[in-house]
Amino acid sequence: MFRATALNRRNEQVEWLFKALFFLMTLVLVIPVALILGVLVVKGHSAISWEFLTGMPTNGMTAGGILPPLLGTVWLVGGSVLATVPLGVAAAIYLSEYAPDNWLTRVINLAIINLAGVPSIVHALFGVGAFVLFFRFGSSILAASLTLAVMNLPVVIVATRESLQSVPRAFREACWSLGASRWQTIRHVVLPNSLSGILTGIILTVSRAAGETAPIMFTGAVFYSPFLPQGIFDETMAMALHVFVISTQVPGVPENLPYGVALVLITMVLAMNALSVAFRVYLRGKKKW
Amino acid sequence: MVAATPGSGIVLGAKLGEGTVSVSASAPVKVEARGVTLGYGKRTVLRNASFQVREKEIFGIIGPANSGKTSFLRAVNRMAEMVPGMWVEGSILFDGEDVTSFNNVYALRRRIGVVFPLPVGLPLTVYDNVALSPRLAGVGKKTDLDEIVERCLRRAALWDEVKDRLHALGSLLSGGQQQRLTIARALSQEPDLLLLDEFSIAVDPVTTMRIEEVLKELRGEMTIVMVTNLVQQARRLAHRTAFFLNGEVVEVGDTEAFFTGEVQDPRTRGYVEGKFG
Repeated sequence: MFRATALNRRNEQVEWLFKALFFLMTLVLVIPVALILGVLVVKGHSAISWEFLTGMPTNGMTAGGILPPLLGTVWLVGGSVLATVPLGVAAAIYLSEYAPDNWLTRVINLAIINLAGVPSIVHALFGVGAFVLFFRFGSSILAASLTLAVMNLPVVIVATRESLQSVPRAFREACWSLGASRWQTIRHVVLPNSLSGILTGIILTVSRAAGETAPIMFTGAVFYSPFLPQGIFDETMAMALHVFVISTQVPGVPENLPYGVALVLITMVLAMNALSVAFRVYLRGKKKW
Repeated sequence: MVAATPGSGIVLGAKLGEGTVSVSASAPVKVEARGVTLGYGKRTVLRNASFQVREKEIFGIIGPANSGKTSFLRAVNRMAEMVPGMWVEGSILFDGEDVTSFNNVYALRRRIGVVFPLPVGLPLTVYDNVALSPRLAGVGKKTDLDEIVERCLRRAALWDEVKDRLHALGSLLSGGQQQRLTIARALSQEPDLLLLDEFSIAVDPVTTMRIEEVLKELRGEMTIVMVTNLVQQARRLAHRTAFFLNGEVVEVGDTEAFFTGEVQDPRTRGYVEGKFG
């Protein structure tokens, strides 16, 4: 009575087939990640040392350390986060909590989606036009950071908005009915419960900002600088650009050097990603409803 | 001040467990709907509703789903303004003043406590849930807040169950406890009007009975408007009742009249007798 029919058996086979297929596809996805990391570690680990991280480049960048690009990237990322976060979070709060559903809001949402789709080299050209030339910041950390910030804005806005929207509307209504204003509701109930998602979004933009080359190429990052940046109006070297430069533009670079720089860069990025994952896991443990 | 003195004020001979009592018709009017028509976008959900809720009575609103009961409550504390697309015509008087004439809508809402159908424990601690409204209103002293929190939780018959875990998350209490928590939270506003929207829909029968006991203690202290789709619940608690049907206020009268066949409209009789809805 409960014996499998031919149809059952065929369903089971098809089931197995699709499961295997999807699993293989997932594996394919992991392969490039593993390969990239593997190659970088194998070919680049020999370049890495304390002196490498803290020293200045020497011999026309064919030897020595990577302190200037390393610090430069920290400056650029820090600057871009400082600009993106207040702007992006404020915009997301407006769009999620205040904006009426009208044509203006729809246009703004459309603009954000389109901004997310703009190629980074176009962001670079915008950065040159707007920050370097129009605002007269020159080619500087400030201009490059702001260009990165514009690039990252949609990411922060979308992540923040999603996170705010995940707080049930019933919480807002309960809070409003207690006589709380919209802002009090946001401050006491909505923001504390969407912080994890917002922080995750911010951290992801950090790794994006650290890895981008195009937006900073014309706006503040330089080929080579014998100095460490002293302020936001200085130009600076940057990790991503440095990898490009010593891989293609400088003759006589030992093979392990570009790999070593790339390894440091990807380690920074992965560390930020790991931090965001850890955040999520930690906050999931404290899930409040 | 809300003091724990059941039986004070104009209590109309009500005792726990007793049936419905009548409110003297001379009691002042607390809430008055004058030709209230409301809806969402192009849809009208309540048409030309006019009735009075008297001071310190429990006023029941019964009727099947989609009769405009919840929407009416939203119009009273002007939560309608927070619902996209919702509109309200006509006027609702609160203590004789049109609610839309309150410049300070937050002060209006603070005078009106709301309990929602599904228990909404805010993702704050039990303590903070109850202390939130007083804090927003500017109460800052710890001793004052402690006192308010304990008093409100006691009144909502929840104190004994949560007094040892006031700093646990309110949203992790059981459904029945959360619903009593929302009542405590509503009481922390020291409201003179309490709006209850089908408070028993998501809680077990025992909790329902406990909450009903709480309401019986509260009547005579504050005006309570209670939306319910349980006809018998209205009978147990409400002095007077309105019957909403498909956006129309069919009948308003003493609750007991609904059950003694004195009601005029055959639809009301049909609903109360369980023929539909």
